[in-house]
Amino acid sequence: MISQLTGTERVLAALTFLLLVLFGMAMAVAGRDDLIGPHGWIIALSGMAGIIALLRAYGAPEPSPSRLSEYYDDPSKAGIVLTLIWGVVGMLIGVWVAALLAWPELTFDTEWASFGRLRPVHTSGVIFGFGGNALIATSLHVLQRTTRARLPDQFSPWFVLFGYNLFCVLAASGYLMGITQSKEYAEPEWYADIFLVIVWVVYFSIYIRTLMRRNEPHIYVANWYYMAFILVIALLHIVNNLVVPVSLGHAKSYSLFSGVQDAMTQWWYGHNAVAFFLTAGFLGMMYYYLPKRAGRPIYSYRMSIISFWGITFMYMWAGSHHLHYTALPHWVQTLGMVFSVVLLVPSWASAGNALLTLNGAWHKVRDDAVLRFMMLAAIFYGLTTFEGSFLAIRAVNSLSHYTDWTVGHVHAGALGWVALISYGSLYALTPWLWKRPALYSARLVEWHFWLALAGTVIYVFAMWNSGIIQGLMWRTYNDSGTLNYSFVDSLVAMHPYYIARAFGGLLFLIGAVIALYNIAMTIREPRPVATESASDIPLVGQPASAVQAGE
Amino acid sequence: MFNLHYRLERNAIGFVVAILVVASIGGFVEIAPLFTIDETVEKAPDMRVYTPLEVAGRNIYIREGCYACHSQMIRTLRDEVERYGPYSLAVESQYDHPMLWGSKRTGPDLARVGGKYSNDWHVAHLNNPRDVVPESNMPAYRWMSEKLLRTKDLGGHLAALRDVGLPYTDEMIANASNDAIGQANPDTDLAAGVATRYGDKTYVALFDADLSKVTEMDALVAYLQVVGRLTEVAHQLPQDEVE
Repeated sequence: MISQLTGTERVLAALTFLLLVLFGMAMAVAGRDDLIGPHGWIIALSGMAGIIALLRAYGAPEPSPSRLSEYYDDPSKAGIVLTLIWGVVGMLIGVWVAALLAWPELTFDTEWASFGRLRPVHTSGVIFGFGGNALIATSLHVLQRTTRARLPDQFSPWFVLFGYNLFCVLAASGYLMGITQSKEYAEPEWYADIFLVIVWVVYFSIYIRTLMRRNEPHIYVANWYYMAFILVIALLHIVNNLVVPVSLGHAKSYSLFSGVQDAMTQWWYGHNAVAFFLTAGFLGMMYYYLPKRAGRPIYSYRMSIISFWGITFMYMWAGSHHLHYTALPHWVQTLGMVFSVVLLVPSWASAGNALLTLNGAWHKVRDDAVLRFMMLAAIFYGLTTFEGSFLAIRAVNSLSHYTDWTVGHVHAGALGWVALISYGSLYALTPWLWKRPALYSARLVEWHFWLALAGTVIYVFAMWNSGIIQGLMWRTYNDSGTLNYSFVDSLVAMHPYYIARAFGGLLFLIGAVIALYNIAMTIREPRPVATESASDIPLVGQPASAVQAGE
Repeated sequence: MFNLHYRLERNAIGFVVAILVVASIGGFVEIAPLFTIDETVEKAPDMRVYTPLEVAGRNIYIREGCYACHSQMIRTLRDEVERYGPYSLAVESQYDHPMLWGSKRTGPDLARVGGKYSNDWHVAHLNNPRDVVPESNMPAYRWMSEKLLRTKDLGGHLAALRDVGLPYTDEMIANASNDAIGQANPDTDLAAGVATRYGDKTYVALFDADLSKVTEMDALVAYLQVVGRLTEVAHQLPQDEVE
């Protein structure tokens, strides 16, 4: 990757790595008897590794100007591999934490392997490690194809990819050591948060600079969603992570807000991390790869507009449905419920738009497991958003909240929607980028598809059962008017479902391992197609093609 | 409307601004008034702050991710009030930076756990939950009794908490380390200082029954014993919202 940088960019890279070393060393010294110290070392060592890579490529010739006539896809390629690796790691930890609930001694008496420390490694590993890398890799690909413009430079995409993954490593290693803010899905501490803001600003700059140089008059729908993802995540991240650190040599910080204001801010963040990370970003993915793979244009342009602005506006009101019947004022709970229910309209407009796009291509869905991944993802998206609106109704929430039902709902979305659309998109994208005629094995894609579907269904059914049983047992009264079950009674009733859930997760994990193997073998296969992949749209300046992306 | 959009989607900067404006409205309407409407948080004149030992214990509770399985928010539902106690009021977590309301009950709610069990029970339970509750699936924290509590920088923690709005005095900050040791060593001069600064009701005890050292177990148990007891207001106000 270094040899692709121009001279100026190599200087920029050197400065970046030097800054990492300096900041890392400063953190290591200032926090030598604090948990921030090891993180200083990780940052410094990653900077040193970068410097060594730079020095090794010192004499490499500068890239030729002819590079400008091609899209810049190498960061996307690296992102695909990172996505698959984070997926396996995050899901492996997920199976472990699921097993811990059934067999609590699987901590092996270590400090770092308790449920409380591993659980955020799982959530961050799959959301930020797997999901985030998938979004970065695909967004850079989609951005170039739909604008017919090359990325603005070679340095910034690598900076984003490298910096983002360093953030993920800091997050995951921090949880194991006990560094956490306790805010769900916003656990990393202040210094990692600041670092992510820098990475994110560069990510946004790539997007806006490419859009400004676009050779298509319109900005395609996929980019609306990717932009909403980048912008709103920045807004949420900054506001929810306002803290005062104990000192510059301490990892620990205290949040600026407390109590009810902090709770509302956290769930405004938490729910919209779902909305703009796990929904908007992946809708961007769906709006490009599904029509491309199906060979059909998006069914309705107007439905795209309505659902995009509906989601962007209404989701931001919905967070308070996480706080029904709590000490949050009633009026905020009511607002959250109303907007959550109405959200079903733009959500189903998106899901319907995707499925109607497949009209005329259903024979492909039958034959092509890659397209089937995307089709199933759209179905799960529709099911999960319906369930979400349903669970946000106050009376329903009184039963479901605090139970496994919520966990089941999240995984219907995370496994059924996010992971399936990601794997479908990556399966489509890999042969295009590496210029292979096809994936290494179509049979393995079939295996992955059915393992993923079976795993998701087992998981979700187990959690529906356990959640509803839990909720009912907690509120069951006996004839004498007292509560019928102790808390422990409900815990005992969960045991079989916790085993079933771990099994469902294991099936999904096996699918993720198969995907990693299949794509790795596709990359290694030494039979590149001689010509440009037929499905790719040339950059402007290349021989013009009749095909226009997404229009 | 669609014509307007037809123009908007040809303008990158315009699109960016539109996204930011549209997305900001909901949070602004729902969050900003929580700081300005007085009824949002009840008044609790008897409310005290966490002692340094309790702050340290709370940080261990956070570090171990206890909030992932235990809520600290009793909802205004009849069965919850009967199971756990008076429903939680906003004021009870007004000194909680961050709040630990939680979102999942793999284990029971802890909003009223303070004073519910003895110190010995907590120590035995944390050491191996299955010794006390055979069906429990909670992790065992056997190592915690051996781990010395880091007390020397607690003053810095209190100062940071003061920066975010808690009423810690200079004296409290200056004596934070000694107060942490004192709270876990009854009948010493250091213990007397804790009562002076934080009130007579402060729970001073030999939490883990080990006189020789102040461990993380001491701090965590001290915190668990004060959860829900910074103020008595939830027990005094009428609980008229139960559904």
